[in-house]
Amino acid sequence: MQITVTVNGAERTVEVEPRLLLVHLLRDHLGLTGTHWGCDTSNCGTCVVWFDGTPVKSCTVLAAMADGHEVRTVEDLATADGLDPIQQAFSDHHGLQCGFCTPGMLMTGRWLLDRNPDPSEQEIREAISGQVCRCTGYQNIVRSVRAAAELSQVKGARA
Amino acid sequence: MQVPAQFEYARATSVAHAIDLLRRHGPESRLVAGGHSLIPMMKLRIANPETLIDINDLAELTRIGLDSGLLRIGALVRHAELLDSAVVGEHFAIFRDAERVIADPIVRNWGTVGGSLCQADPSEDLSAAFSAVRAIAVIQGADGERTVPVREFHTGPYQTVVGAAEILTELRVPIRPGGGSAYTKVERRAGDWAVAAAGAVLWLDGNTVSDVGIGLTAVGAAHFAAEEAEDFLRGRPATEESFAAAGRIAAAHCNPVADQRGPVDYKRHLAGELTTRALRRAAARAAGAAVETEGA
Repeated sequence: MQITVTVNGAERTVEVEPRLLLVHLLRDHLGLTGTHWGCDTSNCGTCVVWFDGTPVKSCTVLAAMADGHEVRTVEDLATADGLDPIQQAFSDHHGLQCGFCTPGMLMTGRWLLDRNPDPSEQEIREAISGQVCRCTGYQNIVRSVRAAAELSQVKGARA
Repeated sequence: MQVPAQFEYARATSVAHAIDLLRRHGPESRLVAGGHSLIPMMKLRIANPETLIDINDLAELTRIGLDSGLLRIGALVRHAELLDSAVVGEHFAIFRDAERVIADPIVRNWGTVGGSLCQADPSEDLSAAFSAVRAIAVIQGADGERTVPVREFHTGPYQTVVGAAEILTELRVPIRPGGGSAYTKVERRAGDWAVAAAGAVLWLDGNTVSDVGIGLTAVGAAHFAAEEAEDFLRGRPATEESFAAAGRIAAAHCNPVADQRGPVDYKRHLAGELTTRALRRAAARAAGAAVETEGA
């Protein structure tokens, strides 16, 4: 079947099998390997992308379901002006070790901050509670999301 | 890499269209919305539908609203929407409590209320919550609409009364003043299925329990309910002693099985203790106290 999905702002038309999962559409058909494919059971959360502006676990969404919809992946965070504050904060605060969970953590972190620009540590922990860091580096991930909130506030104040 | 076996895919544009597609594709077709249970089962070849009918476009099933004394919840309402709904929280805190501990925030963005009920997992949380509040399930087929009490909705593990060419469209919950409700769950880790969980809704007349509903999940309770404990409580004072006794009755009448989440005696203990706690919190809310929803 033919589907047309808006990925990171660009319309992409692809011929796919109905059983193709969204994560594999992104990685194997569109070459967007920033989104990782992990547990395959919607537990680990490294495959989190935005579907019409809401984070979902793309290993449990059919590519066919995205036909006519918008998908945003980690590749869309950085702009010509540089890294998104959430990326900068992960870099500054050692929010990643092996990096496998990072794309999902970044997409959930960005979404949290868009909805709640000043989250508490508890709110951050709850937001990423469906995502596993196999390095168990949660302290620094939480610290990084918190730092991104502060970075955004500083930037906002200057603007 | 786990991928489902091959299947045909069709996208429904209305409830009537979904029913028509179900009829045309036959009993080996399945509806899919969030797919967070069905797709993993298809990856494992536990489920092998020949056709998936995608109902994610059915905006008519996404509403939450109040209508002539009923809270109406569309089957396609996402878990996150039920959690965030002010009107749901105002009338039935039990759903807010339950949703806070169902899966995780990302899964809740996509999984649906109707999908959870139709999956009919014996450890599913909303089944117990809707059972506690004696919700009515609305099911539509080619010949029209029928209603079934949620306590008659499940016919066994992973089985419901929804027919091969029917679709669950809505849950209706009767609203009565003076009530309070709560849900409490024990899980091995954040986002897991329940080891055991209990929900309660309670109406007070002064300090007397005028009516009560108790839902249980993961412990083999018939109809996801603790009817013997409800019968015991009705007309009794809303006291710690009453709630503890109701917990003991609920524990005695459920039938948990041992699995990786725990042995029978532990689950039975939890069924009793969680029933008591849910009743205590529901009573406090019925009396007007602010009781925070417990976090994941």
